[in-house]
Amino acid sequence: MFPNQFEYQRPDSVQAAAGLLAADPDAKLLAGGHSLIPAMKLRLASPSSLVDLGGIEGLVGIDAAGTIAIGAMTTYAMLRDSRELSRVLPMVTDAADNVGDPAVQARGTLGGALAHSDPAADFTAIFLALNGSVDVTGTNGTRTIGADDLFVDLFTTALQPDEIITSVSFPAPDSGTGMAYEKFRHPASGYAVVGVAAVVTTGSDGNVASARIAITGAPSKATRASESEQLLQGKKLNDESIAAAAAAAANGLDINGDHFASEEYRRHLVGVLTGRALTRAAAGM
Amino acid sequence: MGPHTHLPVTLSVNGSRFPLLIEPRRTLLDALRHDLALTGTKKVCDAGDCGACTVIVDGRAVYACLLLAVDCDDRDITTIEGLAKGNALDPVQEAFIQHDAFQCGFCTSGQIMSLRALLDANPEPSDDQILRAVTGNLCRCGAYLNILKAGRLAADMQRQAAADV
Repeated sequence: MFPNQFEYQRPDSVQAAAGLLAADPDAKLLAGGHSLIPAMKLRLASPSSLVDLGGIEGLVGIDAAGTIAIGAMTTYAMLRDSRELSRVLPMVTDAADNVGDPAVQARGTLGGALAHSDPAADFTAIFLALNGSVDVTGTNGTRTIGADDLFVDLFTTALQPDEIITSVSFPAPDSGTGMAYEKFRHPASGYAVVGVAAVVTTGSDGNVASARIAITGAPSKATRASESEQLLQGKKLNDESIAAAAAAAANGLDINGDHFASEEYRRHLVGVLTGRALTRAAAGM
Repeated sequence: MGPHTHLPVTLSVNGSRFPLLIEPRRTLLDALRHDLALTGTKKVCDAGDCGACTVIVDGRAVYACLLLAVDCDDRDITTIEGLAKGNALDPVQEAFIQHDAFQCGFCTSGQIMSLRALLDANPEPSDDQILRAVTGNLCRCGAYLNILKAGRLAADMQRQAAADV
């Protein structure tokens, strides 16, 4: 299989890369390439040029002191192996270890995953549950997009055509926060048939002060389980409240069915995995 | 520069440097097999699903079919052809023979490269870590149990060799 012919560019700055995107509406960014290159071989994508972000300094790295900042070109393998990150955001390192397989982890990037917004990606849900944000640069300058505004639809984000994610930030979790990501892994691809990320913080009274639960794999984009979050608010996190939140997790979600898993089965998994994620989050507080 | 331009790339494979002129759409896998005649790296699904094309780039196991050759300029690439030292097989290769860890052999070089990368990073892997290392390498003959045994033996052989030095 061959992709269509394309021009290959390797700019040395984000501004130059944004300029190349602005100059050619059919150009695409190349990060890890593990979604884009297969799509190009299948001719689902035939960009006129590829703008490789691999030559730009400063897009790789993890700073976990205070607000956690992660360069967009940081790979899953780097997330997986980061001890400082595992101390503050254990859900991130665990999930990175559970993406695809080691070869995918070696090349796949956090920024690429968010910009691609695959409906079965793991890190879209994790980003949403952790209330992250992305810093983006375009030809008109830089801006920050919050977690609740980034994902628009299937493979569609709020990024403008010339905008590039440069870094991903997560607020440092408050004390009393537990977090967990649970997924039903597709046995061949490792993608999430359904994945649920839960981040819960309890206050000094032991009641839930904030809960963010995000679902991937089932809807067309990573989506919060708002009803479950509201049910937990102000409650003790125990078997009873977790069961109620799990039962409500699929409410209001538009859930996809395909030849791997029917809509009904995915709906069931959303509830089961929400319960498991909340139980593990409670244990990790 | 038009889309038909070939770009200069130097591939550093198994310790030798190969200057090439390559079309941007050529994968590392095709460059290895067609430009360098290193056909030990196998082309099967060509889409990142099967793992047969696994090579080691800058110390990590990667799929050669999903890397553009132009993106591999001056990276350190190791293929199955680079493991043996003269007639002395790599411990992973030796362990595959001893444990009969293949039938048809088409996935074998990818399996071996994945385990080589694991043992380079982690000389004492658990069974779970061995299985995780080859989770992206499909074997349709079903040699998985013997591949696990070969992984354990290779780790033992490597530790023994290190202790003997």
